[in-house]
Amino acid sequence: MTVNTRKLVKMAEDITANLSYTDDEEVVASKIADHLSRFWDPRMKEAIISYASTKESELTDPLRLAITKLAD
Amino acid sequence: MNSEEGKQMVNYYSVGAEIDLGTPVSGSAEPITLTIDGTPITVPKGTSVMRAAAIAGTNIPRLCATEDLEPFGSCRLCLVEIEGRSGYPASCTTDVEPGMKVFTQTDHVAKLRRNVMELYISDHPLDCLTCPTNGNCELQDMAGAVGLREVRYGYEGSNHLDEPKDESAPYFTFDPSKCIQCSRCVRACEEQQGTYALTIDGRGFDSQIVASQKEDFLSSECVSCGACVKACPTATLTEKSIIKFGQPDKATITTCAYCGVGCSFRAEMQGDQLVRMVPNRDGHANHGHACVKGRFAFGYATHADRITTPLIRESIHDEWRKVSWQEAIKFAATQLKNIQKEFGRKSIGGITSSRCTNEEVFVVQKFIRTAMGNNNVDTCARVCHSPTGYGLKTTLGESAGTQTFDSVMAADSIIIIGANPTDAHPVFASQMMRRLRQGASLIIADPRAIDLVDMPHVQADHHLQLRPGTNVALINALAHTIIDEGLEDKKFIDERCEPDAYEIWKKFIGEQRNSPEALAEVTGVPAGQVRAAARLYANADNGAIYYGLGVTEHSQGSTMVMGIANLAMVTGNLGRDGVGVNPLRGQNNVQGSCDMGSFPHELPGYRHLSDEVARKLFEAEWKVELDSEPGYRIPNMFDAAVAGEFKGLYIQGEDIAQSDPDTQHVHAALSAMQCVIVQDLFLNETAKFAHVFFPGSSFLEKDGTFTNAERRISPVRKVMEPKSGMSEWEITCALSTEMGYEMSYEHPRQIMEEIARLTPTFSGVSYEKIDALGSIQWPCNDQAPNGTPFMHVDEFVRGKGFFAPTPYVATDERSNSRYPLLLTTGRILSQYNVGAQTRRTENLQYHDEDRLEIHPEDAQLRGIVDGSWVGIKSRAGETVLRACITDRVQPGVIYTTFHHPESGANVVTTDNSDWATNCPEYKVTAVQAYPVSQPSQWQEMFQRFDKEQQELLASSQETVE
Repeated sequence: MTVNTRKLVKMAEDITANLSYTDDEEVVASKIADHLSRFWDPRMKEAIISYASTKESELTDPLRLAITKLAD
Repeated sequence: MNSEEGKQMVNYYSVGAEIDLGTPVSGSAEPITLTIDGTPITVPKGTSVMRAAAIAGTNIPRLCATEDLEPFGSCRLCLVEIEGRSGYPASCTTDVEPGMKVFTQTDHVAKLRRNVMELYISDHPLDCLTCPTNGNCELQDMAGAVGLREVRYGYEGSNHLDEPKDESAPYFTFDPSKCIQCSRCVRACEEQQGTYALTIDGRGFDSQIVASQKEDFLSSECVSCGACVKACPTATLTEKSIIKFGQPDKATITTCAYCGVGCSFRAEMQGDQLVRMVPNRDGHANHGHACVKGRFAFGYATHADRITTPLIRESIHDEWRKVSWQEAIKFAATQLKNIQKEFGRKSIGGITSSRCTNEEVFVVQKFIRTAMGNNNVDTCARVCHSPTGYGLKTTLGESAGTQTFDSVMAADSIIIIGANPTDAHPVFASQMMRRLRQGASLIIADPRAIDLVDMPHVQADHHLQLRPGTNVALINALAHTIIDEGLEDKKFIDERCEPDAYEIWKKFIGEQRNSPEALAEVTGVPAGQVRAAARLYANADNGAIYYGLGVTEHSQGSTMVMGIANLAMVTGNLGRDGVGVNPLRGQNNVQGSCDMGSFPHELPGYRHLSDEVARKLFEAEWKVELDSEPGYRIPNMFDAAVAGEFKGLYIQGEDIAQSDPDTQHVHAALSAMQCVIVQDLFLNETAKFAHVFFPGSSFLEKDGTFTNAERRISPVRKVMEPKSGMSEWEITCALSTEMGYEMSYEHPRQIMEEIARLTPTFSGVSYEKIDALGSIQWPCNDQAPNGTPFMHVDEFVRGKGFFAPTPYVATDERSNSRYPLLLTTGRILSQYNVGAQTRRTENLQYHDEDRLEIHPEDAQLRGIVDGSWVGIKSRAGETVLRACITDRVQPGVIYTTFHHPESGANVVTTDNSDWATNCPEYKVTAVQAYPVSQPSQWQEMFQRFDKEQQELLASSQETVE
């Protein structure tokens, strides 16, 4: 993982932690996806989508679901 | 005067002397009719006879009275006769009454006044012709007004004429030989500033004005706000600039370019020489008060370090070449275009300045979105108040503070969180202290004991001394208490807020994990104190919250802003005078730079790029297609630069190489770029990494507007021509045009017209209206033609208020065995941010180096003694500062200011940032501290690089000259 990918994952996990105030993973994932969509440069979105698709990617469940939503 | 001359004068906004009606305005609406010298006049109840007479056009002689201070009745010059009353009452301390018949000029009062003046003059130097206030001395005026012709007592008796001058203060002198004991200075220090540094010592003939315990002004508690100097009716307290230059001959109203209070000033001039800055009594943010920065620290504007010629170079290790504007613009445009050709349209970007005017900022973001064709625009608000924008937009619907500054005068309970107003927003602090002295309660949440915790006549009811990084835990504990104890404003919540969101939030906040008892372990604040503070705020009629960068510059900055908004909503403290959520903005135009569309995801007026309607509006006006996707934020730009994907940056008036966190990363990013363009006054730290330097202009050299922390748009007016020959907006327009997107305006007024056309909250704003009203608080449109003092009055901007759940998520920056201390940072009164301006003034006498505050226990444990060198190391880097041992900080916490580049405070701060906005977590860095004997490696490297860059600048000037 490059330094920048590591930073992106850290940022995305921070977003996830702060939006996870309900147990409803679907709701949390939608909020994360919306946040990434509204505030991240497309190159950053592409980078995290592409990281999520790798076998070695380590992401929390709501974030992984959010990235799937973001990719759609 | 022909009409052309008349127009010229109007354009110059030159104003006459300030009119002083002698005593303050009464504030009552009840009319009272009386006669003064036989002429009937109607004035509000509570008006003094002196003021009523002045309104009627009669200036009663006076010395101890001024409109800025409460009447005192000591000089006995303003005596009048009133029918039916015995004696000669002082008109300053006598209020008008219905049917009162006042005689201001009778033989008796004339004689009495002459006698009083005779006594004053018998102990006053008769050096009027060589006196610095000659021509602007109230004593001299009064001697003339009362017709003083002789001093029968002679001048030989005991007197004060040989009293020594105190010239210790950098900006003014104190000459007691000229003092008439009117006590205006003492009262100004007390009433206006609230420092209580001055007093009258001794009695009768021996009485004298002294600073603190008979200290010289510089070593006393005096904060050099200048209130006493403005109040002094003689030459006793006089600006050194007046002594040097003489009296000004014209004045222009303009707005200070320091902090987010945005004080209005009279720039008093001789030709294009600025003689002094005097706070404007009609200034809506400052009401005639000022601080040491705005009042006195303007010398940087004409400092020898100013660069006034464009400079270019191929590499940052080359000498600078002085070139024409044309050549510099062409060089920069060619570089940027070449980069885009090679690395793509999105490989360059720009940063707008929160120190520049709205108009200059608007033009830069327009240039980036059009000529560069991308949204890689960000502003220094990224590193200070971006969480305010996000948090308040989410909860209330608008990214701005809700009140006027004056609103604090109606507040009954004040909470200050993560702000240090007496240092960072001093003029507002003085107003707040006035309200606190009247009895409002005060709750301070801060890891460090700021001055307001315990000051003369101001003591905080509660100092919630939390651990750095635990703000959200604290705000949740406060909100939990309000729900737990049934202190919420149910009516407000029912009528004004989204019910579903409220129920979700209520359930969340009511959970035991959010109770003060559960969180005491985290915050370090005892539960009982949290509960008491919550009750104090919730039970007050009007509760107001003020906050600063101690809220925003955290990994949960945005969460904390939402937590603050929640607390205000749940207690019904929004939408009227005396309440609200009030972000204290750091720089003069942080609010404005955000309003002007400086963020990579939104257009001016906080409209997201995905908003089709807004985007089309801009596309139609600008005749270009806009990218609907967000661009890079500043930290994203740095990361991309280090990765080799981001190659060019246009930086308007910001010193990212000093001010942004993780300095070594920033320097690596700047070094990796092919074209860095810096537009600034000085060769700042960032300019040392630049390839193009566009000389900018100071606030004295430009027309435009600044928007302060209360959304107040105030005029900035040119009092001298730009030293570089080109206005900043003209530079940006020229660069844009050279890059292929033509941009041209004749005057900043046209830029404001464009802003008004495109931005609904600004649609009613024009220079004409600003001139007429003095200043305008946005929104200003058809619904609010004169602006909006209080926001969210009947409903929130977003409709219903939104309670956002605010889970506490601990920061990754936690103390551990390797880094056992938490470093936090802040500002000091006399210096301003990176110090580029204030370090080039006499303010250095107050603060010439950044010190590291450390608790005695932590110091002892490490063998650190006061004044010794201390190494500070974090996971990002290492620097060395001198120790200041103090219990202002709690054990486990250390603190420093960051005004001097060689301090390297940001070498230590990390890349950790707010989850929502990437605002850096300046306020919490886990560090170790230890005694050292030499500067850090970084500091040695800094010194070498600085020397090299200064030489490259100096030699460039030699080759041309």
